[in-house]
Amino acid sequence: MTEFRELDYTGSERLTMNMGPQHPSAHGVFRAILTLEGEQVVAVDAVIGYLHRCHEKLAETLAYVQYPSIASKTDYVAAMTSELAYVMAAEQIGKFEVPKRAQYLRVLAAELQRIASHCLWLGTWCMDMGGALGGGATIFLYCIRERELVLDLFEMLVGARLLYGFHQVGGVRYDVPANYDRKVRETIDLIEQRIGEYEQMLDDNAFFNMRTKGVGVISKALAQEVGVAGPLLRASGVNFDLRKNAPYSSYEDFQFNVPVDPVGDCQARYRVRMIEFRESIKIVRQVLDGLPEGPISSRPGVKSLAQVKVPKGEAYARVEGPRGEVGCYLVADGSNKPYRMKWRGASFSNLAVLPHILPGVSVADVVAIMGSVDPVFGEVDR
Amino acid sequence: MTYDRARQLLSTINGVTVADGGPPLTVNIAPEQFAAVAAFVKETIGCEFFSFLSAIDWKADGLEVVAWVDNLDSNMSLVLRSKLGPEGKSCPSLVGVYKGANWMERECYEMFGIHFDGHPDLRRLLLPEDWEGYPLLKSYAVDTPHPPYR
Repeated sequence: MTEFRELDYTGSERLTMNMGPQHPSAHGVFRAILTLEGEQVVAVDAVIGYLHRCHEKLAETLAYVQYPSIASKTDYVAAMTSELAYVMAAEQIGKFEVPKRAQYLRVLAAELQRIASHCLWLGTWCMDMGGALGGGATIFLYCIRERELVLDLFEMLVGARLLYGFHQVGGVRYDVPANYDRKVRETIDLIEQRIGEYEQMLDDNAFFNMRTKGVGVISKALAQEVGVAGPLLRASGVNFDLRKNAPYSSYEDFQFNVPVDPVGDCQARYRVRMIEFRESIKIVRQVLDGLPEGPISSRPGVKSLAQVKVPKGEAYARVEGPRGEVGCYLVADGSNKPYRMKWRGASFSNLAVLPHILPGVSVADVVAIMGSVDPVFGEVDR
Repeated sequence: MTYDRARQLLSTINGVTVADGGPPLTVNIAPEQFAAVAAFVKETIGCEFFSFLSAIDWKADGLEVVAWVDNLDSNMSLVLRSKLGPEGKSCPSLVGVYKGANWMERECYEMFGIHFDGHPDLRRLLLPEDWEGYPLLKSYAVDTPHPPYR
């Protein structure tokens, strides 16, 4: 049964305050039970699980051809990432070939997804931090405007805007439509220019700097020990990017830089992500320039549930999603369904750092820190 | 640090066998040694990055705990595995070694019923407080009813 915490009337200065699960800055359903001394947080109990949908149990009952489209519902803001992790795990066990064109298309989808996801992060985070940043929802609406353009590209490619089902074991399901190249270039040119505009709005904004500089510092050691990944890890001074350190899907063919910032505060995470925006745009251009001809899948289109059988074995496939390492640990028993599947959600591990960094900050900073972590609760709760 | 050196260091420890092949390096550990070997892996082999911890239900062979850690400087991955045996339901906690194990072990506890000895706060994480049974066990059917229905 639930334990009820008694309010302390004995004259202590401590106050227990419930934040969430319907708090607007939670970006989903996150409940933090904060113990406060005045404005300062002294302890935090994070409550998650409101969005738990039994993904891991479900995966044991669904065939390899069925689950990829469900995988996109874990991190619904970056659906391409989790689909890719799942099919890569199956491909690793079964040693299925993926044609070069499919690998490039996967990179194209992953990088466009990163741009879209970072747009949403920047908009919502700045809105959380309040009206000083260009008048309330200004930057939010700007970012959403640009994100819609990327979603248009996905709609052209897949037919869906948010949850795709683009990947399948052995390749991808859809080839690029006619004139896609031109449309993508137009969009990323525009976004590249707009990113500069956001930076002009934010970089010298005194309010923005006050709310982000030195706030929510994650040390290098803590980040590694908790398993914080992606932009957060790199903003804490660790030079690790799976696209460079363990290249998959032909990432070794592309030239790009991995931004690293040693400071570890909210602003460092902002700087890292802003550079990632531009690096992703660079990769997208290289994919379009070098897109090889050929088949998009080594296996035929999905016709029946028993079509993909994965031999006995285990694999852990990890991809660098917008929020960090998204991993799929798969145990196969030779049938058309996994024996066991484990999601290593990037948001889950990133969010787990909060109880370590929140004590000592003020309540207003909790919001800024939570936004800079960029959690997606579909992926936290799975 | 290299894989060969890590293999050499680990194979001298009692209760530890290092599987052939890899990368990643698969380290099979006796349950009672699990936390001690993890501490060794972190300090001596330099695997400071904690990726995930979970379990697998092998039906008659019992549960197996799996943890994945990385040495980011040398680009090495280690899989720490521990078979708890047919009746085994407990395993030493890694929270003292890796802070990231905290939530992962809580999830593992509610999903498999594994008791992590030494965990500072072993409560449920994702499921409601009144949930009955351990859903990720193979003996738990997907359509197990859970009253009150909601």
